[in-house]
Amino acid sequence: MAKDNLTDTLLDVANLTVRFPVKSGTPFAKKQWLKAVDDVSFIIKRGETLALVGESGSGKTTTALAVARLVDTHAGSVDLNGHDFLALAGEELRTARTRLQFIFQDPYSSLNPRLTAEDIVREPLESLNASDKSNHNKIIDDLFEAVGLRPEQKKLFPHQFSGGQRQRIGIARAMATQPELIICDEPVSALDVAVQAQILNLLRKIQKERNLTYLFISHDLGVVQHMCDRIAVMYMGKIVEYADRLSLFNNPQHPYTAALISAVPSVDRERRSKFTPILIPGDTPDAINPPPGCRFSSRCPVAKPVCSESEPPLTANTDDHFVACHLVTDFGESPITFMRLSH
Amino acid sequence: MSDTSNDGAKSSVTETNTIKARHPAADAISMFVKNRAATVALFVLILIVITGIIGPMVYTTDPFDMVWAPFSPPGQEGFLFGTDYLGRDILAGILHGTRVSLLVGLSAALMTVFIGVTVGALAGFFRGWVEEVLMRITEFFQVLPTLLFSMVIVALFGPTLPIITIAIGVVSWPAVARITRAEFLRIRELEYVTASRASGSKNAKLMFKVILPNALPPIIVQAALMVGSAILFEAGLSFLGLTDPNVVSWGQIIGSNRPYILDASYTVTFPGIAIFITVLCLSLVGDGLNDALNPKLRQR
Amino acid sequence: MSALLEVKNLRIELDTRAGVAPVIDDLSFELQAGETLSFVGESGCGKSMTALGIMGLLPEKIGRIASGSICFDGEDITKACDERLREIRGNDISMIFQEPMTSLNPVFTIGEQIAEVLRRHQKLGKKAAWQSSVELLDAVRIPDPKRRASSYPHQLSGGQRQRVMIAIALACKPRILIADEPTTALDVTIQAQIFDLLQDLREQTGSAIIMITHDMGVVAEIAERMIVMYAGRMVEQGQVDHVLNHPRHPYTKGLIECVPHLLATLTEERLELTEVAGIVPSLAEFGQDACLFASRCNKVDQQCLQARPVEQHFDNHQVSACWHADKV
Repeated sequence: MAKDNLTDTLLDVANLTVRFPVKSGTPFAKKQWLKAVDDVSFIIKRGETLALVGESGSGKTTTALAVARLVDTHAGSVDLNGHDFLALAGEELRTARTRLQFIFQDPYSSLNPRLTAEDIVREPLESLNASDKSNHNKIIDDLFEAVGLRPEQKKLFPHQFSGGQRQRIGIARAMATQPELIICDEPVSALDVAVQAQILNLLRKIQKERNLTYLFISHDLGVVQHMCDRIAVMYMGKIVEYADRLSLFNNPQHPYTAALISAVPSVDRERRSKFTPILIPGDTPDAINPPPGCRFSSRCPVAKPVCSESEPPLTANTDDHFVACHLVTDFGESPITFMRLSH
Repeated sequence: MSDTSNDGAKSSVTETNTIKARHPAADAISMFVKNRAATVALFVLILIVITGIIGPMVYTTDPFDMVWAPFSPPGQEGFLFGTDYLGRDILAGILHGTRVSLLVGLSAALMTVFIGVTVGALAGFFRGWVEEVLMRITEFFQVLPTLLFSMVIVALFGPTLPIITIAIGVVSWPAVARITRAEFLRIRELEYVTASRASGSKNAKLMFKVILPNALPPIIVQAALMVGSAILFEAGLSFLGLTDPNVVSWGQIIGSNRPYILDASYTVTFPGIAIFITVLCLSLVGDGLNDALNPKLRQR
Repeated sequence: MSALLEVKNLRIELDTRAGVAPVIDDLSFELQAGETLSFVGESGCGKSMTALGIMGLLPEKIGRIASGSICFDGEDITKACDERLREIRGNDISMIFQEPMTSLNPVFTIGEQIAEVLRRHQKLGKKAAWQSSVELLDAVRIPDPKRRASSYPHQLSGGQRQRVMIAIALACKPRILIADEPTTALDVTIQAQIFDLLQDLREQTGSAIIMITHDMGVVAEIAERMIVMYAGRMVEQGQVDHVLNHPRHPYTKGLIECVPHLLATLTEERLELTEVAGIVPSLAEFGQDACLFASRCNKVDQQCLQARPVEQHFDNHQVSACWHADKV
């Protein structure tokens, strides 16, 4: 991985693998594993936003949960500010959680229905002893103001808020311990579009104000393109492309990335007339026993025999633009040239 | 940026400006109150409890005293419910029995809930081998023939009220354990539990402060119904003679007057009605609680 | 040529805890044969209710068509009896829903579910219905249709289940297909497949499609005309190109501008998203004689608060329910 300035790197994930046991039919059959996250590596620089993009089954949410130590990791390392985050346990782990917080996807199930908004935001402060008890109320007031909620709303219960307001409470909760890294797991997917804009603007505002670093999980490419600096595209547990925002959207090299971008319906007339969408047939193959070679080969419109023989490694051919595809040339030319199609 | 500000736009009338905090339980209470049968039943239950507390103080006849000739019919000689085969005042027996039945019912239900919730919570939260072991134990107690087993306990340890309460509790807890476990399994997957873990909560806190309060609704319903079935259970044991001979309970009145059921049916009927009304009211309250707490029936 | 579907002054009421709310308040529109019309709006705006109202599937006891008419091919189906509605449903007008997981019956095979529709409406015999069922599965591009017809819904993926729903809906070659957010629950690459399929089938069967969605991009790709809904009212309608290029209602404009759209070429610059402040009004506030969008609008004035906007018609058949439509 390109490491220009090591001191700049806040999060360094290397060879992360998460697997889940699969219940087999008979108790004596060989134990099978579902590799939800398979050998995933990326870094996030301080103040940056990295997006993990993918469809269902890609492993992006599991990666986020594994980084946050909310699911168990099978292999790999997660370095937060130079410290091995995976090695921590017990009290040390709990204290370290102050530095890494999580914003959840569903505003309707991510808040305890029996706690007031105030208590929900207070919970991390109390559990993690992030500061003096006497400070807590002031911190909570500041947070409420920062996320655009009014002080009298502190005493209300989650069901008395709208979806967007609930998400604001979730954001306030994530900010409570002044973390360095916030993992946002599809923070706007469950919200109406008008409210999405409010929340996205809020997230960017607090990022600038507090110099936060985001790991942003999403399936919505429009949102990703707006929010993020660097993007990793995942497919069936592996990263297939990893590049800067401009580089990825203007020159997607991996066939899956290209298909994904082309599949997004857009109001931009110019865009629609310029590119014919690439349709990838069928569904993802069996995740428990993936076929040999490139995992995308079974659906790839330009697959060649080499693709089903060996897995392509994630390599950079141009500066900082990584792709895992046998057919991408050394100059970063994609086997799918839809970008150059014109009518 | 906020919900309310945007150059010139007024704040929406739906903003939670003057809304008062409303605990989610408030919804349940208002739904319960709308259920007339349940509310009336609750009222009757309160009356029964008051009767049990004050009754024996007001009507001071000792239920064990032989105050008149046996089998005096109800309404005569100033005995509202008549006298039984020993000439004891049945009304006094019923009033004193109220205390006993309610006490046994409540204590047994409490014990059941305590054991059941603990077992269910541990099983549902930790899963793995803890769950396996606890569920096998639960199943063992579940398949025991309840009446026989409680009879064995009473026979072994003596027929006193505490033993009877324990006997009932020991055979009734599996139902609560299963419900608790099911709720824990459901709730532990919800995001606010994960969020609490990400906020640094320890396991004990997660179990008892985060998950359990949200798991209460079906447990509460079961507890209400448990009181009713405990009262019936005690009546059954008393009917078979496995009762504390030093206290009068409704079941005991029925049991001791059993041979005379055809000649002086009122000796059996009145305590029977007392049991019937109490258990019916508990059932209605339990149903009312179920409707009030069941989220599927509530409109979003 | 008279329209295939003519809705006039439709008002649908729903009983809520706070009283009776007009979830659809004086809605009028037309649908020509073979046309694709899209209903756009956020949740709670009434777009799904319109579809349910057309199908006669409003929630019993608490929902009803209070006034107005829905004329399907000249026949006012608001006045039709249950029997007639059952004849129409699935046959002349059919619907596909958002959640393919819960819309299919888990205990019947998919072949059986398609065949059932054919047997009921087209009076086909068992064998003929099964045969047609397999052909339909092929038409919706389910691989190996003969074998898969005997599968159960849980054995299929989300995208495949949605195709089965489409097969059921199109089995009797309906004149109108109502699609209620059919791809919201699906991945975007699967969504692209489904839309491609719908467009092909539309050409084959000539059905008119009513596409209900919250995604402006989908509207742009699929529909010819669009209706924007807000709080149970139509706020704008017109041809998709016209509305997207020059929206004439502040809400439409806000809805288009608040979404980060994928552009043809990406630049370094990242503008702040235009926000539509506030939240949608609650059901209790529906039906007022005022503009329901006023509290969130940056062009609001006294008139907006005092009277419900009158529809303004423009030359290109665009219609806007805004007092300031010409200034947007």
